[in-house]
Amino acid sequence: MITYTFDGSFEGLLTAIFESYDRKEKAVQLVWDKYYQPSMLDEALEIINDEAKAKRVWEGLKKKLSPEWRTRFYKAYLSEDSQTFQDLFDFARYIFDNPEGAEANFGNPSVMAVSKMDKKVNREKHRMKAFIRFQKTADGIYYCPVEPDFNVLPLIASFFRNRYADQQWIIYDIKRKYGLFYDLHTVQEITYEFVSEIDTKKVALPAELTDEKEELASILWKDYFNSTNIPARKNMKLHIQHVPKRYWKYLNEKN
Amino acid sequence: MYDRIREKLNILADAAKYDVSCSSSGGSRKNDNKGIGDSSSSGICHTYTEDGRCVSLLKILLTNHCIYDCAFCVSRKSNDVKRAAFTVDEVVELTMSFYRRNYIEGLFLSSGIFKNADFTMERLVRIVKKLRIEERFNGYIHLKTIPGASQELLTEAGLYADRMSINLEMPTESGLKLLAPDKSHEDVKKPLGFIQNTITQFKDEKQTGLIKSTPKFVPAGQSTQMVIGATPETDMEIMYSADEYYKNFSLKRVYYSGYIPISYDERMPMIGSQPPLLRENRLYQTDWLMRFYGFNVKELLNSNNPHLDTDINPKLSWALRNLDQFPIDINTADYRMILRVPGIGVQSANKIVQARKFGKLRSDQLQKIGIAYNRAKHFIRCADSPIILNEPDAPHLKNIILADSNSKYLKVAQNQLSLF
Repeated sequence: MITYTFDGSFEGLLTAIFESYDRKEKAVQLVWDKYYQPSMLDEALEIINDEAKAKRVWEGLKKKLSPEWRTRFYKAYLSEDSQTFQDLFDFARYIFDNPEGAEANFGNPSVMAVSKMDKKVNREKHRMKAFIRFQKTADGIYYCPVEPDFNVLPLIASFFRNRYADQQWIIYDIKRKYGLFYDLHTVQEITYEFVSEIDTKKVALPAELTDEKEELASILWKDYFNSTNIPARKNMKLHIQHVPKRYWKYLNEKN
Repeated sequence: MYDRIREKLNILADAAKYDVSCSSSGGSRKNDNKGIGDSSSSGICHTYTEDGRCVSLLKILLTNHCIYDCAFCVSRKSNDVKRAAFTVDEVVELTMSFYRRNYIEGLFLSSGIFKNADFTMERLVRIVKKLRIEERFNGYIHLKTIPGASQELLTEAGLYADRMSINLEMPTESGLKLLAPDKSHEDVKKPLGFIQNTITQFKDEKQTGLIKSTPKFVPAGQSTQMVIGATPETDMEIMYSADEYYKNFSLKRVYYSGYIPISYDERMPMIGSQPPLLRENRLYQTDWLMRFYGFNVKELLNSNNPHLDTDINPKLSWALRNLDQFPIDINTADYRMILRVPGIGVQSANKIVQARKFGKLRSDQLQKIGIAYNRAKHFIRCADSPIILNEPDAPHLKNIILADSNSKYLKVAQNQLSLF
């Protein structure tokens, strides 16, 4: 067994797959370099990202997988999870080594693992669509900080662009220190500097930064949330299952 | 300083909450006018109330003034509650303010009947028209059909709404007559049928291609709701009625709403008695089996079994009554039968049918695929199943399953009255 170390990027992952074929190495342990601990006995190879090699692997997957499955592959990658990187590596090898259609074999462990992780990332993506609460700023931009479990911002950009086509908005990922900004024309990736005047650790914007109608909107939403509840049916277990506590600090109706 | 609008919202959201539908799925409106909103076809729940129900839409009444006196309704004329009414502009502004902040998927607008049906319907139409045209709003709109409103108004409403609904209120005509003598199921069938026909007409016109762009007409279809447990219908009567409406009016959904006592009327359960949540849950399970699992309602409920079991779900009940059809071989049985196995859902059934083409499936693979193996194992055989000589009979099997399932029933049952 040989260990490959890579930098956690998509290009690195695809390059690693290329190298394993180039070097005719079947049993590979793929490790994210930030977690790599060298040992005496292991043979290790450091993967150097290579755009051309990565592209060839991606083109290869394109020939064997439907667009739907390629998206699944990419979405599972966005989990930023070490085990999933290994699963994706094994999955790609399994797809290349077998006739077309092998991805339907849910009896294969790597197919099932990728499929399960895709589902998890999808759930997080869906939660962001649901739990994002914009606050209107004094200069008319709708702002929301988030902290998703997985790196799902790339997956929700087009959804918010289509939906809020006539208003400027910012969605900022505190954990990964980057965000999306829609300027009424396109969605751009922004860095921390862009929101540096805002304390991103605090969810609620201070009153002097918000639009004059922001307070009322938020109060009415909380009122609505309480009035539409039926106390006779109270079921906190179900409530928490649907709205896990780690999201509460971002939901104004829960504060 | 916000008191007035806050009070209105509290009254009119509180009065609207007994309408359980909050679905925002099936909308297909695209934001192609550089306006606001783009319906997500899968629907999104933006939050959940403490009773565990999805909040997807701003669900309000235009007013809770009503000329009717239906015993089961909190807004009935004779009820001593605070009354309020929104203006057209208030509803529009509230909807837009919530939607722009991503609080909601859209608006669910209902109303008490004031003056008469047409007067009320006309006001509702004015709101949705303003949202669509002036605000260029492409989010989801669920609009209540007011029984007795003119066909012209219903046609206009259908051009702006995504879904329309009208409630049967009680599962049977006799139940309805008991509590709301002024109403009848005929009053519901007429507009349901009219809107259904118009939907079909618009679809046909689109197909012939004579007109280049046919406008959308109620693209997310119609739904209805029945109140459960206020009147003495059996589960069989309820589901046969639902089945009839699904078939005759191509309804997208029938909702079952466990009656929450809101009145001292002696004809109904007393205030303070528990709403029938477990029963409601069993009815929804039956509804799902009819719509997604290929069951005929007569297989699940019939004169021998007019009530659903409370301790086990209707799919397991059916399987235990039909043990002669089991076990089935996972590696050879057709999709239809795999779907009928307790513990296997639609997604798992699909995965099984795809995966078995690559080789006979074993129990460890089935578990990874995600079926509830401990339950399903009694009804299936796979590549590594041991041979069992004495198959347990139905009552015995039921006990085995109940013993090793960490009961979902109990969790629900906590809300039910306990006798001891």
